[in-house]
Amino acid sequence: MPDPMRIRAQAAGDKTTVRVLMAHEMETGLRKDASGKLVPAWYIQHVSAKLNGKVVMSAQWGPSVAKNPFTQFVVHGAKPGDKVSITWIDNRNETRTDEATVS
Amino acid sequence: MTDRREMLQRCASVATMLMAAGLLPATARAQAAAAFNSAAFEAKNMADVMKALGASAPAPSSDVSVHGPDIAENGAVVPLGAACTLPGVKRLLLLVEKNPNTLSAMFELSEAVEPNIATRVKMGQSSNVFAVAMLADGRVLFAQKEIKVTLGGCGG
Repeated sequence: MPDPMRIRAQAAGDKTTVRVLMAHEMETGLRKDASGKLVPAWYIQHVSAKLNGKVVMSAQWGPSVAKNPFTQFVVHGAKPGDKVSITWIDNRNETRTDEATVS
Repeated sequence: MTDRREMLQRCASVATMLMAAGLLPATARAQAAAAFNSAAFEAKNMADVMKALGASAPAPSSDVSVHGPDIAENGAVVPLGAACTLPGVKRLLLLVEKNPNTLSAMFELSEAVEPNIATRVKMGQSSNVFAVAMLADGRVLFAQKEIKVTLGGCGG
């Protein structure tokens, strides 16, 4: 099971800033290990963000997103106490979903 | 007795493997395979990315902005942001011109989300980076910025 994400969702008026830090290697498939063999690509392909169960943002990522990816976005209309949930799927079909409460 | 025990263990492990491979992730995999635009992510330049996404050639615009450092000391972690001041942005793209594959990230936004996103990317060398905004009315706009990458930790 992959490590959990760290999610913060802070409301300021109508705007809520959501910051997500995921734990993932994000291997590009271009790097070689010590013995000269290519390290196979392993990266997050899909990310989706839900506010109270409704998808508000989705993303597709290539392998050039940095290791342990950080992402930030601003969502309207969230109130303190609302639930923000983030899901990612990588190219090995591993997936993880984590949830945070808007504060 | 040991043979039988081994046999049972093997049966159990095969069953768990089948479960893992076949049942649970099947729906997730189908969705991912259907949706992931590998053509766009394998494209080598911006024109090919736009072609793969079925979009017209992007026009430079001051309404789109790309945020990032002027000099990135570590190419493995370069903070990049894309923003657009116009309403009706459907997609925001971040591209790095001289990476092996140009497209880094593609964000699809609903109306509840502001067209202002940030993430971190890897950069192989100093390069132009682009933020591309695709609007609901079909316009495709971009902004660019040059980021110098200092490799080897000399700090410039």
